[in-house]
Amino acid sequence: MSLALRQSPGNVFANGKLHKSVPWLLLGGSWVALALVFALLNAGGAVKDFNIVAALFLGTVLFDVLIVVVSRIVEGGRKAVDRLITSLVVTAFVIAVLPLVSLLYTVLADGLARFDAAFFSYSMRGVISVGGGALHALIGTLEITLFAALMAVPIGLLTSIYLVEYGRGPLARGITFFVDVMTGIPSIVAGLFAYSLFALFLGPGARFGLVGSVALAVLMIPIVVRSTEEVLKIVPMELREASYALGVPKWLTIIKVVLPTSLAGITTGVMLAIARVIGETAPLLVTAGFTTSMNYDLFKNPMMTLPVFAYTQYSQQGANPVPFVDRAWTAALVLILIVMVLNLLARFITRLFAPKLSR
Amino acid sequence: MTTAPAHPGSPTTPKPKAVVRVGDRVFSAASVISGGLILVVLALVAAFLVWQSIPAFSAKVGELPNQAANFWDYVGPLVFGTVWSALLALVMAVPLSIGIALFISHFAPRRIAPVLGYVIDLLAAVPSVVYGLWGIVVLARFVQPFYSFLNEYLGWFPLFSGQISGTGRTILTASIVLAVMAIPIMTAVMREIFLQAPTLNEEAALALGATRWEMIRLSVLPFAKSGIVSAIMLGLGRALGETMAIALVLSVSTNVTFQLLTSLNPSTIAANIALQFAEASGTALNALIASGLILFVITLVINMLARYIVRKRVS
Repeated sequence: MSLALRQSPGNVFANGKLHKSVPWLLLGGSWVALALVFALLNAGGAVKDFNIVAALFLGTVLFDVLIVVVSRIVEGGRKAVDRLITSLVVTAFVIAVLPLVSLLYTVLADGLARFDAAFFSYSMRGVISVGGGALHALIGTLEITLFAALMAVPIGLLTSIYLVEYGRGPLARGITFFVDVMTGIPSIVAGLFAYSLFALFLGPGARFGLVGSVALAVLMIPIVVRSTEEVLKIVPMELREASYALGVPKWLTIIKVVLPTSLAGITTGVMLAIARVIGETAPLLVTAGFTTSMNYDLFKNPMMTLPVFAYTQYSQQGANPVPFVDRAWTAALVLILIVMVLNLLARFITRLFAPKLSR
Repeated sequence: MTTAPAHPGSPTTPKPKAVVRVGDRVFSAASVISGGLILVVLALVAAFLVWQSIPAFSAKVGELPNQAANFWDYVGPLVFGTVWSALLALVMAVPLSIGIALFISHFAPRRIAPVLGYVIDLLAAVPSVVYGLWGIVVLARFVQPFYSFLNEYLGWFPLFSGQISGTGRTILTASIVLAVMAIPIMTAVMREIFLQAPTLNEEAALALGATRWEMIRLSVLPFAKSGIVSAIMLGLGRALGETMAIALVLSVSTNVTFQLLTSLNPSTIAANIALQFAEASGTALNALIASGLILFVITLVINMLARYIVRKRVS
């Protein structure tokens, strides 16, 4: 039986090995087998609905077992262990992708229900059940994030310039280390920091857009530093030296030579940093608060943001929960779309300008 | 442009001095200040949190929520919940991340490996509130039958014992969501480390007839050991600080229990802050901020350890 699984006898190097199509056949076979099992269970009424995820997952596990047994018979113990690890590693990847697929599918399927003009043109003021929209949250997210970027980008950029162009000694080492540490600050702690900062001056209970911007800026700075530092480092030393040789001062060299060369990379880094913080919920929940009305003023009154909108719509459902849940999912969909567009745009910019940098 | 003008009258020509330009001064000062500002911000975070938490540390009986006798009595269950859920998440996420990182660095075809890496990075791009929604709407319902099964047939095992939750909103579900969220950062770090393994060692192992797994076991894993440890700690830091996913998914109580499948779960520090902050005032607010301080200290120590290990290995 095992002979049929081997490669053609003419090839000496393939002796005692499985044909390369065997793993794929086994994988497809076990998926089909498990799908059949579930279909039968389904027809028999033992399981309520046909479960494609479980079929795929259990099918992959069945494949892991089968390939090891077959390989053990045909190829021997060492190769069987290798096959086992290979299949386990692939299974790990599949397991990690399953939540992503399920999540994207759910967000799309449930979010499209309210993905309409009203969602982008109405606030939630006076809305008790159906209708309403997230215009106030969109405006809030836009203003708070932009203001956070206005604070974080200059600080982050100057810091990375310091680290790359000037920084030597313990201060530079300390900054690099603590920038890394800062990326690990829980976002809610950044929110609490911004809240206590403003509570010091304005008394407890200060909740408005600017506080949220400060919280987001604290989260954004290390990301901006990290990404722009990488970009500034790959600007060729020859460019700087040529500029110095022409008698250009260091600061002008940085402004006229180093920054323009790395502009695309810096833009990418900033966009990725914005994409990272635009979905933050916890710090905005404790700093910018939530409201149902429009608020264009960053410096007064609570301000709604898109992630907080999604959260409050789900957690504070009305008597008829359906419109609330629908709005929450649509907000999630819009958030994911924003993050994806920012990510893709960043990648596109890198691709567009990459040849100039890599030369 | 110009060099330092030598004093014409001096008998010996002094050494040419570098010109100090105003622009240079301003620019370098600005960049040093920005860099220093980061350290200042980090110090301020700690200082403000401490300042706002002082009333909570000296709070008396009756002033704190949950009928806690003192602050440590109040924060104890929360710390337990935070650490317990993060550890559960790591138990699931660590083997998966090692597998994924190995798959991307050593198993996947070279051409599609970057794409696969990007797919994993996408997991990190999803906002946490969306994970929370997905966890409560999709995942909790999906795993509930499995929980019933575990509770029914393996209920003698302490972790699976207790009154089962009917909604699936248990600490195990929350930990699964945490694991999914911790996987991208752990994978990213491990992938880098695995790719840095010396190619000569790998080729030598293969040339001696090692299979791919033997090559990885002999040359990649020993090289990457400390990198794996620090990746795990970074993932732990992420899992400890995660807020919204837990706040949405977990049905919380003040219980301290190891049971995974009940609806009376210990809450976490971050989720507790998010859930209570809007209504809190007075000492309760101070207590929340103080618990945030504890979280900050825990994650700071873990992150510093992780970065220290990475740094030591690189140099």
